[in-house]
Parts: sequence; C-alpha cells; structure tokens
Amino acid sequence: MDEALFNQLVWPVACIFAIVLPLVLAVAMFVYWERKIIGWMHVRMGPNKVGPLGLFQAFADVLKLLCKEVILPTHANRVLYYLAPMLALIPALAAWAVIPFSDQLVLANVNAGLLYLLAMTSLGVYGIILAGWASNSRYALLGAMRSAAQVISYELAMGLCLVCVLVLAGSLNLSAIVHAQAGSRGMLDWFWLPLLPAFFIYFISGVAETNRAPFDVAEGESEIVAGFHVEYSGSAFALFFLAEYANMILVSFLAAILFWGGWLSPFPVSWGGLGHSSFWWLFIKAFFFAFCFLWFRATFPRYRYDQIMRLGWKVFIPITLVWVLVAGCLKYYGLAGN
Amino acid sequence: MKTLVRYFKSLLLIELFRGLGLTLRYLLRPKYTMHYPMEHIPKSNRFRGLHALRRYPNGEERCIACKLCEAVCPALAITIDSAARECDGQRRTTRYDIDLFKCIFCGFCEESCPVDSIVETGIHEYHFDSRDESVVTKSQLLAIGDRFEADIAAARAQDAVFR
Repeated sequence: MDEALFNQLVWPVACIFAIVLPLVLAVAMFVYWERKIIGWMHVRMGPNKVGPLGLFQAFADVLKLLCKEVILPTHANRVLYYLAPMLALIPALAAWAVIPFSDQLVLANVNAGLLYLLAMTSLGVYGIILAGWASNSRYALLGAMRSAAQVISYELAMGLCLVCVLVLAGSLNLSAIVHAQAGSRGMLDWFWLPLLPAFFIYFISGVAETNRAPFDVAEGESEIVAGFHVEYSGSAFALFFLAEYANMILVSFLAAILFWGGWLSPFPVSWGGLGHSSFWWLFIKAFFFAFCFLWFRATFPRYRYDQIMRLGWKVFIPITLVWVLVAGCLKYYGLAGN
Repeated sequence: MKTLVRYFKSLLLIELFRGLGLTLRYLLRPKYTMHYPMEHIPKSNRFRGLHALRRYPNGEERCIACKLCEAVCPALAITIDSAARECDGQRRTTRYDIDLFKCIFCGFCEESCPVDSIVETGIHEYHFDSRDESVVTKSQLLAIGDRFEADIAAARAQDAVFR
C-alpha cells in the first residue's frame, strides 16, 4: 500500500476507531452500571433479567431506541432540530483525541491539549441550546436556558481550577502534566495534595458541566419533564444520551489525569511491581470517579436553580481565585510542582 | 461564631460526605427484591383470592341455595337461581354466578355460608382472555373446589381454632 496514504488516512482512522468503539461500549456498560448502582443504593436489584446478570440490558435499550421513529414536532426548525444531537455528540467524542492513556498511548499529543479540552467541553452546550430552541417546546426552551446559564457559570470555576494545574505543571500538554506529577513519593507527589480544594471544585464543576444530578436542572424531570430533549425520540435521543455519558467518562478521566497522576502508580517506584505505571492505574482511577457520578445521583437531591448560581459565582470562583494565588506561591517557593 | 462554624462545616462538605456514607452503607445491604415469578412471598391461610364451591367427601355439593351470600354481598357480584332437584327433590342451585369484576374480595360470602360451601381460596394468579369470562359459573366454581380441595381444607383446618 502507498505509505503516505497509510500514514495520513488509514492509520489515524484506525486509531479513532480504537478509541471510539471501546468508548461507546463503555457508555453502554456505564448505563448498565449506573442502573445497578442506583438500584443497590435503593436496596433493589437493578436490571438482572436480560442476559447474564442483566448485562445485555443496555444493548436491548439501544436496539429499542434505534428501532423507534424520530418525531419532528410541528413548527420545529428541521435543520437545527436534527443538527443539535450531532452537535452534542461530536465534541464529546472529539475531546477524547488528546487523552493520554499511558506514556506512549495518545492519539494526538497536542501541546495545547488542555485548551482544546476546554473548548470541546464548552462546545457541547451548543447542542443543548439548539435542541431546546429548535424543538419549539416551552419545556425544552426552559431546559436549554438553564443549561446554558449553568454551563457558562461553572466553566469559569473549572477553567480556574485548570489554571491551578497549569501553574504547577507549567504545560498545557496533558502528557506533560502527568509527567510533572511523577516523583519518588508516589501519590503524594500528585497535584491533588497541593490543589485539594481546586480538585473538589473541578470535579463538582464537572458534574455541573455534564448536567448530572444534583445539577440536572436542565433535565429536571420533576419540573420541566425532560428539559432540552423532551421532544427527541429514538436515535436522536440516543445521541444525546451517548454524549452525556461520554462526557461523564471524559470528566472522570480528566480528574484522574490532571489531579491524580494519570497512568502513574500510587505507590513509590521503589516498590517494584506495584510501583509500575500502566494504563490500568488510569482506568481504576477513572472508574472510581465515574462511580462518584452515580453515587452523587443516588445521594443528593437536585439543587434549586438560584442555589446553583450562588454556588458557582459566590463560592467556587472566589475559592479558585485564591487557590490560583496559593498554587503560584507554592510553585514560586518550590513547595509543589517541578 | 455560630455562623462561622456553620460556614466552615459547609465548606468542608461534612454533611455531604455523611450522606455519601449513608448511601454507601445501603449499597452493601442485602436487597429486598423478590424475584416474583420464581419466588413468592408467604401467604396467610386467611388469604381471600379466587372463589370456589366445595363438596362433601361423598361427592355431594355443599351449597343448599340459602342465598345468604347473595344477600350479604356488598358488591352484588353473586347471582343465584334455585329449584328442587329432580332426583330427590332437594333444594339446590341451578345457577351460581360470581362476577369477578364486581367482586371486592371482602370474604362476606364465605363468612355467611352456613355449610362452608362458598370459600375464597389462596389463588391470586389468574387471568381472563376476554371481558365476558369475568363471570365464573357454578360448574367452574365446583371444578376449582374439586381441584384445590386439599389446600382449601388445610387452610380451614389451620384457622379452625380461631373461629
């Protein structure tokens, strides 16, 4: 085969498939896992009838959604209505390009990876806004407005948390950020220790960014039915669903990479086998944070809209602003980062 | 001072972590779910399910068409016609219909019956394929009684000391 063609087309496409296919599979398993976990926390069983232990439940649901009709509401804007779910999904998948799975394993080792991620996660909200507006439904419009306000508020706090990481790591490249956390003391060298408040704020903002409980006012089924995707059915709804869950997994991976040492082992290098860094460490960390999303959903009641705004603007942003200063001092006096 | 303490408490997310701990404990608890078609919850011997008409051990039907059940039925679900039986002139029912859509399963018919003929069995899993099947006739009720006589008698025997 022509070598240039291979390098420029076949290999990148193969790499993309190698990331997207496991991701979609992970979303399916994540949905199953969510229903299981929430069921267990309610002292129920969760799905356990379809396939062994109910493992095929997610696939049965996907099949059902794909077989259903996509309904276009009267006076809906046809182009935007169909464009919105794609606009929600594409950034959610594209963001995965810069995630480093291990030392060598990264699709695009972009130098401004962190900025790219911030851009991609913010783009997803356009899908939600357009979906809410194009549906020609009051519930959907309300959901979209809430979502827009929420995502914009929490992006600031999230961005400032990332600035803290940036200050300590001195790089926007995600692989470099993980390398900056490597040290002889294992997990004590990671950024979560000097940036503990920033980590909590980052993760809570991540929950708010993905519109998950307890920040799911955009969906708010007890108030506005299903929010922005109330008019969507069948495969269009499935795309929103896929985007939401892909974003959740993304935020979990980012929390692991930015604050918890990515693929690095939590034990000191001198411990031998356990001290080796590998993809599995990243996977375990991300799995825990993904579990936290479900845990929050089973635990906390939904925030009121004004409480969300208060938390974002009057609590998170001041704290992160202070912590940017603290991080700068830590860095300047050589107490953290390298 | 109080507000200050509260402020730091909320800042340290103490109550939120407590809540998370609670749900985590519930996660590990044994589950209450009953796998219904495979498992059943225990049923009282006084359970009031589908009706049946009983017979004496010699095969004679118990019902003497006194119509007490028809009179006591608050939902008017029971319809009885009676006549003298041709062979020996005994008073017997010619028609004994219960409309299960009307029936509220109160058990008054069973209580009023002087000969323990109409009873409510423990059967609660049954269905109709069409609406007009909701009326069970005398022959159907007798058939149910014949089929489940052992269970019905056992339940009555268990409850006998309380009557």
